[in-house]
This record gives sequence, structure tokens and C-alpha cells, in this order.
Amino acid sequence: MNALSISMDAAWVLVGTIDDIPRQGSRRVHNGAMRIAVFRTADDRIFALEDKCPHKNGPLSAGIVHDGCVTCPLHNWVISLETGEAQGADEGRTSTFPVRIEGRNVYLDLMPTHAAR
Amino acid sequence: MTTKTEKLVIIGNGMAPGRMLEHLLEEAPGRYQVTIFNAEPRVNYDRIMLSPVLSGEKSYEQIVIHGDGWYETHGITLYKGHKVVAIDRIAKTVTSDHGVTEPYDKLVIATGSVPFIIPVPGKELPGVITYRDLDDVNAMLLAAQSRQKAIVIGGGLLGLEAAAGLAQRGMEVTVLHVMPTLMERQLDPAAGYLLQKAVEERGIKVICKANTKAILGNGKVEGVELDDGTVIPASLVVMAAGIRPNASLARDAGLATNRGIVVDAGMRTSDGDILAVGECAEVDGMVYGLVAPLYEMARIAASHLAGNSKSAFVHADTPTKLKVTGIDLYSLGDFADGDDREEIVLRDATAGVYKRVVLKDNRIIGTVLYGDTADGTWFNDLKKKRTDISAMRDTLIFGQAYQGGSPLDPAAAVAALPDDAEICGCNGVCKGKITATITARGLSSLDEVRAHTKASNSCGTCTGLVEQLMALTLGDRYNPKAVQPMCGCTDLGHDDVRRLIKAKALKSIPAVMQELEWKTSCGCAKCRPALNYYLVCDWPDEYADDYQSRFINERVHANIQKDGTYSVVPRMWGGMTSSKELRAIADVVDKFAIPAVKVTGGQRIDMLGIRKEDLPAVWADLGKAGFVSGQAYAKGLRTVKTCVGTDWCRFGTQDSTGLGIRIERFMWGSWTPAKLKMAVSGCPRNCAEATCKDVGVICVDSGYEIHFAGAAGLDIKGTEVLGLVKSEDEALLHIVALTQMYREQGRYLERIYKWAKRIGLDEIRRQIMEDTDKRQAYYERFVFSQKFAQVDPWSERVSGKDKHEFNPMAVIHKEAAE
Ligand code: SRM
Ligand SMILES: Cc1cc2nc3c(=O)[nH]c(=O)nc-3n(C[C@H](O)[C@H](O)[C@H](O)COP(=O)(O)OP(=O)(O)OC[C@H]3O[C@@H](n4cnc5c(N)ncnc54)[C@H](O)[C@@H]3O)c2cc1C
Ligand code: SF4
Ligand code: FES
Repeated sequence: MNALSISMDAAWVLVGTIDDIPRQGSRRVHNGAMRIAVFRTADDRIFALEDKCPHKNGPLSAGIVHDGCVTCPLHNWVISLETGEAQGADEGRTSTFPVRIEGRNVYLDLMPTHAAR
Repeated sequence: MTTKTEKLVIIGNGMAPGRMLEHLLEEAPGRYQVTIFNAEPRVNYDRIMLSPVLSGEKSYEQIVIHGDGWYETHGITLYKGHKVVAIDRIAKTVTSDHGVTEPYDKLVIATGSVPFIIPVPGKELPGVITYRDLDDVNAMLLAAQSRQKAIVIGGGLLGLEAAAGLAQRGMEVTVLHVMPTLMERQLDPAAGYLLQKAVEERGIKVICKANTKAILGNGKVEGVELDDGTVIPASLVVMAAGIRPNASLARDAGLATNRGIVVDAGMRTSDGDILAVGECAEVDGMVYGLVAPLYEMARIAASHLAGNSKSAFVHADTPTKLKVTGIDLYSLGDFADGDDREEIVLRDATAGVYKRVVLKDNRIIGTVLYGDTADGTWFNDLKKKRTDISAMRDTLIFGQAYQGGSPLDPAAAVAALPDDAEICGCNGVCKGKITATITARGLSSLDEVRAHTKASNSCGTCTGLVEQLMALTLGDRYNPKAVQPMCGCTDLGHDDVRRLIKAKALKSIPAVMQELEWKTSCGCAKCRPALNYYLVCDWPDEYADDYQSRFINERVHANIQKDGTYSVVPRMWGGMTSSKELRAIADVVDKFAIPAVKVTGGQRIDMLGIRKEDLPAVWADLGKAGFVSGQAYAKGLRTVKTCVGTDWCRFGTQDSTGLGIRIERFMWGSWTPAKLKMAVSGCPRNCAEATCKDVGVICVDSGYEIHFAGAAGLDIKGTEVLGLVKSEDEALLHIVALTQMYREQGRYLERIYKWAKRIGLDEIRRQIMEDTDKRQAYYERFVFSQKFAQVDPWSERVSGKDKHEFNPMAVIHKEAAE
């Protein structure tokens, strides 16, 4: 686990390395009371979403990752990792966070790109 | 009406007489009392499809044409495994090698062909196999288990299909062909060359101009020596050097024979009461080796037997296709060079396409297509109708799509075919017949169209065309997905995927997706857990479980709750517990402030509301008291409920608690297609509710009544009885075998009652209760897989496995900026 202290105005926060996250898997970052799920796809792209399904708050970090999406463990909604949007007929969006990769280091910007709805 | 039914005897039960009987039963039902002798010990099956059975794409059951029931329904006597050794034309009887003699009024000889064995030293060594019937395929499959080297002698249709099948089964294959190019009787050298390249791309070695001098070996095959002294090692040699009409029986009976049994255009031999059909028959100087003309013979023979003496056999060219997945070739008619002939050729090297049309007097007489065979039907139609092609000469070779204006898409091209265009070459079915039958009978599935028209019912290469015709005729009502695909990532259904995983020895999820042409790069949440299960089940010792393809519960070995916390259910074997266990649970509940404790419907205790981070510590404490995971989350063995039985109960007949505990201890940890719940009750009062479980046992005085296929969840269903056994050991053996059968055949998420409905209760009873060998084999495979499955997932995680799953990646402490 990486314990970090940052000041509020810092934009990019180092949360760990790519290797901390299993391929087609996810790890959680505790940001105060908020949980952020950081995903790594089969082709090593990294995404960060609030760990909260737009349906009934299911922990997306516990879902199955496939093709740029994650399937929520509670009721199988499929959420796009890129946009946070629910796919298919379901409607809703979870907050996403900008990710920057330097070498193998993963940085998050803790200001979400958009709020959940 | 004839007053007395006549006796019809048939020698040989291959594809030709099978078809003949279908026609005869339709035209003159009840006229004959039919008796068949078949040297092969089985019913009539689609011999053409032996290659897909060899490669694993189909099973024997799928290629049976007439099952046992069919013979019974039609009152036909079938002597399986009886070879006819004599025909007495004076007494009008035939006699089999088992001594059965049957009189006939009419006799049909349909003995097919015998494979030609090249006369070289060593040809009789064990390990030299021909390729003609199911026994040959089984022998090859047995040899393929060794994954050693095989040699196929003969680079024709049969040889190449055998080679492709053996290669798919993991053998290292060399094809020896005596001519300079492959399939020289059907392909010109250019197409033969492309074919050789495609075969070699499959890892098969091809040696042309190879003259076999001897088969080497001491007591069994060890290799083949060629004329030039080359020695190629191999443990299996498949002779596919051609076939000869099987006319010896007829010859011995004094019938006129030449290459085959000589028949007239009405299929009559030189004896008016004896007919011959199939590959053994020679009509007008020709013998045949493809089913289309044989089916025509069958039709004519039936018609004569039904009393219509006018119908006559006419020769027609049959296109040849090779049934090797991924190789498209088509050959028809006469394509030899000649002064009076012209040819049009198209080559597209990058696409691997070669097309050649041979013309005589502006009419097509032959066609060779390689790589793109879509226009075969169209060329065949032009050839059959002797259409003068002068007007479209410049664009002819580009195919039907280019005739008249803009190119057509494939559907439009099929729509543009005339009604009398032949769609199914094997069965001679034309377009009009198919569309008319679909409309008249309201057919909507491919199987129905096959049943009613026979189109696409033999070699299957025209299936695409038939489907397009269905789409054309039915419009929106056509649903091509007769098989429910596993998910959007593939067109294959669960059963096909399971079979192909075994057949092609696929041992990882990426390998399955690559080989079975998954449409997505890495699958989805539906197919990945299913594939993971199939691989775990099929290769217990070799497959490395894919963690990321498991649902969260099976990944963290606890049940996720609606608020993202988890519940933990330890095993309480057979529902028994102790003060020590209960004390340990109480301590854990206090220590981790677990909000809820509940007795489950499965006779054990559930602790709910545990934070994910706390799981390993909770398990560590439970482990110290001897608890292992109850797998309350698993598509695997869950609970075995019991009642108190003879230990305490005044009605108990057997030790139901003991048996339940024994089953649970034996089977815990096993993964199954869906969850598996069991129960053992000590008497028919059934306090453990065994008769609504996946598997249940009701103890009775005389032993153990095994039940299965019950359900009490989304569906409620009482169990079926599997059978009664005498001892506890036998009960365990039968239950384990049943479970393994289900593990190997069930579709992912299919509970045992649904599987049983699909497979048939009788079939399951037959395999588990009656077939001792099968039962024992299932049992042993289960025991083997348990070696790798019975590892407590909780203790593994307490010792550090999958740590990342339980710990956050980072914890950010916010500090207000000063
Ligand atoms: C805990 C328990 C209820 C209880 O408090 O008693 C329970 C709890 C759940 N059941 Fe159950 N079932 C429990 C006994 C049963 C029984 C009774 C039995 O086993 O004798 C049944 C009916 C018998 C049967 O399965 O045929 C039962 C039929 C189901 C079904 C319907 C399954 C079906 O195929 O029809 C589901 C849904 C599913 O599996 O898809 C289900 C699903 C669930 C899930 C796993 C729902 C979920 O996916 O999260 C619940 C998990 C809660 C948890 O975290 O523990 N549960 N569930 C019982 C655990 C038994 C155990 O010790 O392992
Ligand atoms: C592997 C393979 C692939 C093929 N692929 C194709 C293809 O793609 N397209 C195509 O058109 N054709 C194909 N064929 C050829 C086709 O299968 C045959 O032309 C057809 O099966 C011949 O039918 P038949 O009834 O004449 O003889 P068979 O089907 O050979 O039946 C003859 C039966 O008679 C039995 N018999 C023989 N002697 C006796 C006796 N004395 N007493 C009792 N029974 C006897 C034999 O055991 C046998 O079961 C293929 C053949 C094989 C082996
Ligand atoms: S019946 Fe089973 S699945 Fe339904 S709420 Fe109760 S525990 Fe959950
Ligand atoms: S909470 Fe995610 S699908 Fe219901």
C-alpha cells in the first residue's frame, strides 16, 4: 500500500505503478471517504473511476474488466472505463478522473472530469 | 394391393440403401418386409461426416442418420455386425457369417467400397489403418492420444481430410502423394499448388512424387521407406490411396461384374430379382465415389422396387469439395487441356484466389475454383444448362455478381439464381424446391429445412447458401441462430465450444479465443467465466485458473453484499458442529464487530457485513479453529445437508449424517457448471429435503436410493430417481460419477436439472447405473481433478495470495493547505 500525504492544490497525485494493478483488473485508492477504482485493461491502458456504480452504488473495482468496460458485480450493468457511462439500455454515469502515466508511475488528478449522474 | 408382403433383403447399411429405404417407405409403404445385414455393428450414419468426427467438430451421435428407433418404427430388422458371406440365387436366400439365413423375394446389394491397400511389405503391421468407417476413426483417435507422428499415404480428398483431422488432434503429420500435385483428379496443378501451401500452413508436411517402398516396423509400425531410400518415422500409417467397388460377394454369386456390379439404368443386376446401389454398382461403365449419384441410384432403385419400371439413372457430374475448415475448393467436370478447348483464368495471389473455367464451343465443361468458391453453383448451373456464354465472356470469370450492371451482394446473387439452380450437390436439391418447401410447410429452422428437403444434409458445404435462401424466403421471420451463441463474442454455442476445447487441446482463454475466432479482443463478462470453468474442468492439471475471469465472489472467496461488504460461510460438514466451532465463530464476530450472524438454509452459519479489508484476518481466526471455506459463493459443491439418521432417530435406516459428511469431505472444492447442492435423508420421511436437491439420497432398509435433478429455487422440481445401490461405497461412487458427467457436459450456469432434461434421464441412468466402465472412468477423472481442487482458498489467502485484492493501492490523506 502506498500511504501518501498531499496538499489540496496539488493537481497530480502519484498513486503507485502500473504493476500494482493486475491486467484486466482493478485496485482501489482511498481518497478520504471516497473510493476510486483504478483499472488496467488487457492492453495496459489505465483508467480511474469513482468506485460506485450509477445503478445502486456497487463497487466497480470488484467487477470483470473487458474491452474498455467493467461489468458491475451487483447487477451486471456495463460501465465504460473511458467515459463512466452505462452502456446499452441502462442510463447513468459515474465520475471519472484524469490519469497520467510517467514511466510505470500512475498519477491521478483528484478533480473529476465530470460529476456522476 | 398385394396380398402377401414381399421380403426385401438388403446387404450393407450405408448411405445409398438408407436413402433408398426412405424413398421406398414413402412410395410403397408396407409393401415389403425389410431385413438388413450390416457388416458394421451399427445403424446408418453419414459416412461423409467422419472427417468432422475425426477432427472433433462433430460427435458420432450427431452424424447418425437413422437411429435404432427408426428401424423399430418401420418394422425393419437390422442385423448389426452381420457380414453376408453367401447368396444362394436358386434358393433365394442370403447367409451371414453368424449363420443367419434369410429368404428374399428381392435383394439389394449395397456393399459400398473397400479401401485400396497398396501392396508393399509391412502393409499388415499393427498401426496401419484405412479410412472408411467409424472403427477406423476410433483407431486413429486412439493413436492420436500419443501425440506422435503419423503418415497419410494418399493426397486425395480422403487423405487430406484424415491429415487435417490428425493434425488438429495434435499429431505431427506427413502426407505422401505419388503424383506431382495434390488431388490431381479434381484440381489442376495451379490449384493443387495453392492447396499444398494451405495444407502446409496447417503444419502438415507434404511430399509429392513419393513412392512408398515399404512400411517398416518390428511388430508395429515404426516408419515408411520411400523408393529413394528416405525413411520417415511414424507410429501410425493411414492408407488413403483410393477405393475399389466391393463386388466380390456378387461375383461369387455369379452375377455379372466388371469393375463393380454391372447394373442397368434401373439398377438391376444380371439377375432380375437382385438390384445393386451405391459405390459397388457400375452403371453404363461408370462407378461413383460421391454421394450425389449414389442418392440418384437410391431413388431409381426405390422407384423400381415400388413398381415403377420406367425411371432411369442418368449420369451427371458432381462437384467436389474438401471438408477441411478454412480451405475452400470446388471442382466440377472436365478441366483437362485440349485443342478444342479454351480456358479463362483469374489469379489473385495476395488473396490466394485461383479460378479457372474450361470452355468448349462457348459452353462451360469444367470449373476449378480455389480460395473463393461462391460462384460454384452459378458455374454449375451454366454448365448443366449448356448456356452459351459468348455474351458475358469478358466478365464470366468474375462471377455472377458482375453480370449485368453493378456488382451484387451475396444475398442478391442468391436471389438472382434461377429456380432450377442446384444448391445442394450431394442431394441434388434445387433452389425452387427449397423455397417452395419452406413456404408450403412453414419451415423456420435449418434443421427443418434439412429434414424436409435434404438440402445441406450431407457434406454441409452448401449450408451458407441454404441459409441465404431461408433469409430470402422468410424475411424477418428467419432467425439464423438455431444454436444459441455463448454471447456476442462468438457464434458458437456452449456445446461446440466445449467440444472444440477438447478436440483442439486448447488450454488457455487466449488460445480458445484465437482458435475459435472470437469476435472481440478479450471476451466479455459472460463468456470469460464460462471458458474459465470449461478449461478448469477439462485440464485440471495443466490449466492455470484465470483469476480475472472469475466473478468477484469466486475471486475473493466470500459473497458480495449490496453495500459492498462481504459475508463469510465456513463449512460445517454435513451440518454438524461443536462447542469449539461455535465458540470460535462467536469470538470472530466479537473481534471484527460483525453486524449479523445467521443460520442459513444450508445448515450452517453465515457472518454478514464484513469489510473486504478484514477478510484475510477473519479467515485466519476461523482457520485456527479448523474451518475451511464453505464455498457458499461457488459454482461448485455447496452444502450436503443431512438429518440425524441412525445415530439418533428412531426411524433412521442408515447413517445419513455419516454419508453426508463423507460426500462433502470427498467432493468439496470441486467446480461445477452451476452450484451443486446435495442432501442425505435417513428415511423416506426425508427431513433433509433430499428430493428437491441437485443430488439427494434417501436411505432405505435395502440401501441407498440416489436421486438427482431436483430444484427448489427459481424453479421447483422434485428429483428423479437415478437408482438404488446397496452400500455406502457404491452410493459415493455413483454420485461422484454422476457429478463428473455433469461437469463434463453441462453448460456454464446450467443447473443439473436443466442439463438432465437436455441429455435425457434415461441416457444418464444408462451411463451411470449400467455402464460400469463409463461410471468408473467418470469417477476416476473426478478423483484426479480433486487433487488440484481441494485446496482451501481461505488459508491460501491468509498466507498472502492475491494480497492486492484486499488492500487499497493508495490511501490519500487530505491536508488543508496552510
Ligand atoms: C445464505 C442463504 C440464505 C439464508 O440465509 O439461508 C442464501 C443466500 C443467497 N442465495 Fe440462496 N441462499 C441460501 C440457500 C438457498 C437455498 C436452500 C438450500 O440450499 O437448501 C436455495 C434453494 C435450493 C436451490 O438452490 O435449488 C437457494 C436458492 C438460490 C437461488 C436460485 C437458484 C436457482 O438456480 O434456482 C439463487 C440465485 C442464483 O444462484 O442465481 C440464490 C442466490 C443467493 C445469493 C448468493 C444471492 C447473491 O447472488 O448474492 C445469496 C447470498 C447471500 C450471502 O451472502 O450469503 N439462492 N438458496 C442460504 C445459504 C446456504 C448455504 O449455507 O450455502
Ligand atoms: C472419410 C470420408 C469422407 C467422405 N467425404 C465425402 C464428401 O465430402 N462428399 C461425398 O459426396 N462423398 C464423400 N465420401 C464418400 C461417401 O461416403 C460414399 O460415397 C458413400 O458413403 C457410399 O455409400 P454406399 O451406401 O455405397 O456404401 P457405404 O456407405 O460404404 O456402406 C457400405 C456398407 O456395407 C457394409 N458391407 C460391406 N460388405 C458387406 C457384407 N458382405 N455384408 C453386410 N454388410 C456389408 C459395410 O460395412 C458398410 O457399412 C466420403 C467417404 C469417406 C470414407
Ligand atoms: S431469497 Fe436468497 S437471493 Fe433472495 S433475498 Fe433472500 S438470500 Fe437473497
Ligand atoms: S449496482 Fe451496479 S449494476 Fe446494480
